[in-house]
Amino acid sequence: MRLQISTQLAIFAALELAAREGQQLSVADIGEKYGVSSHHLAKVMHVMGRAGLVRSVRGAGGGYQFAGNARRTTLLDVVQLFEDANSAEREGGAADATPEGQALRQVLSEIDDIARATLGSITIATMRKLVERNASGNGRQPKTGQQRPRGELAS
Amino acid sequence: MAAARKKRAAKTDAEVGVRRVKAADMTNVIELDAHITKVPKADYWNDVFKRYGRQRLHERFFLVAEDRVDRENPRLLGFIIGEVRAWEFGSTPCGWVFALSVDPDARLHGSGRALLDAISAAFKKAGVSKMRTMVERNTMLQMLFFRSEGMMAGPYIQLEKDLD
Repeated sequence: MRLQISTQLAIFAALELAAREGQQLSVADIGEKYGVSSHHLAKVMHVMGRAGLVRSVRGAGGGYQFAGNARRTTLLDVVQLFEDANSAEREGGAADATPEGQALRQVLSEIDDIARATLGSITIATMRKLVERNASGNGRQPKTGQQRPRGELAS
Repeated sequence: MAAARKKRAAKTDAEVGVRRVKAADMTNVIELDAHITKVPKADYWNDVFKRYGRQRLHERFFLVAEDRVDRENPRLLGFIIGEVRAWEFGSTPCGWVFALSVDPDARLHGSGRALLDAISAAFKKAGVSKMRTMVERNTMLQMLFFRSEGMMAGPYIQLEKDLD
């Protein structure tokens, strides 16, 4: 599966901002890390702002803050702002009426369903854990600092 | 009955502990499952208890989470069941979780996570290094939970067909 550049940038921006709760980042800060122009990123942030996922902070040191709930906002919420997650539903012309066209749409719908389920089940918070796990390089769950209930099996 | 269950599992600052199921837990397990699924099935659960609560316990794990704030009367918060499975379509032995249930009135207190942690540790102790489960892809509550615990799509895909 391939996401448009704008979609990828939106996810990256959400991840960067969600990692800094209560702080703000400028589009230049984010753009520099991902090698993208501030102009392009500003358009992306505008769309995310309208969706309530980020808020702009004006003044010196201003920028953007994450305004969503990282444990509730999924990748699908972000992706759907920028692209059609139901590509198999699109009109395919006369071919769609043929058994061959219907069979192809059936297969493409299956792919779309799986993609939607995947994107819809991964929150920004879960992605942050994945990012931290990859950054640590040991493939283990990151420690969040939160006290976990006792999970050992008592005899 | 539901009121009693709700009272037992009222939202408080739970002290979650996990242990193996006992016969005395089954009434609460059956009641919790019926509350969540709306399909009472005592016979099924009693059979599950015989198989997973009493046999081959070195590789079968039927665990319950309980709130131990009141040590004299711990409250059942949820349960998890799994076993070590091997060689299905070439799979090397793995820990397979096939049931996880947490009282809706006791969620967001870490019970599900404690249960998953406990069965993960039990699987590791049993000698396997991979844990798997199967979730209906539109059941977002379970999908979000397992994802948040680091579970990713594996190399197997579930297939089905209508039997005409």
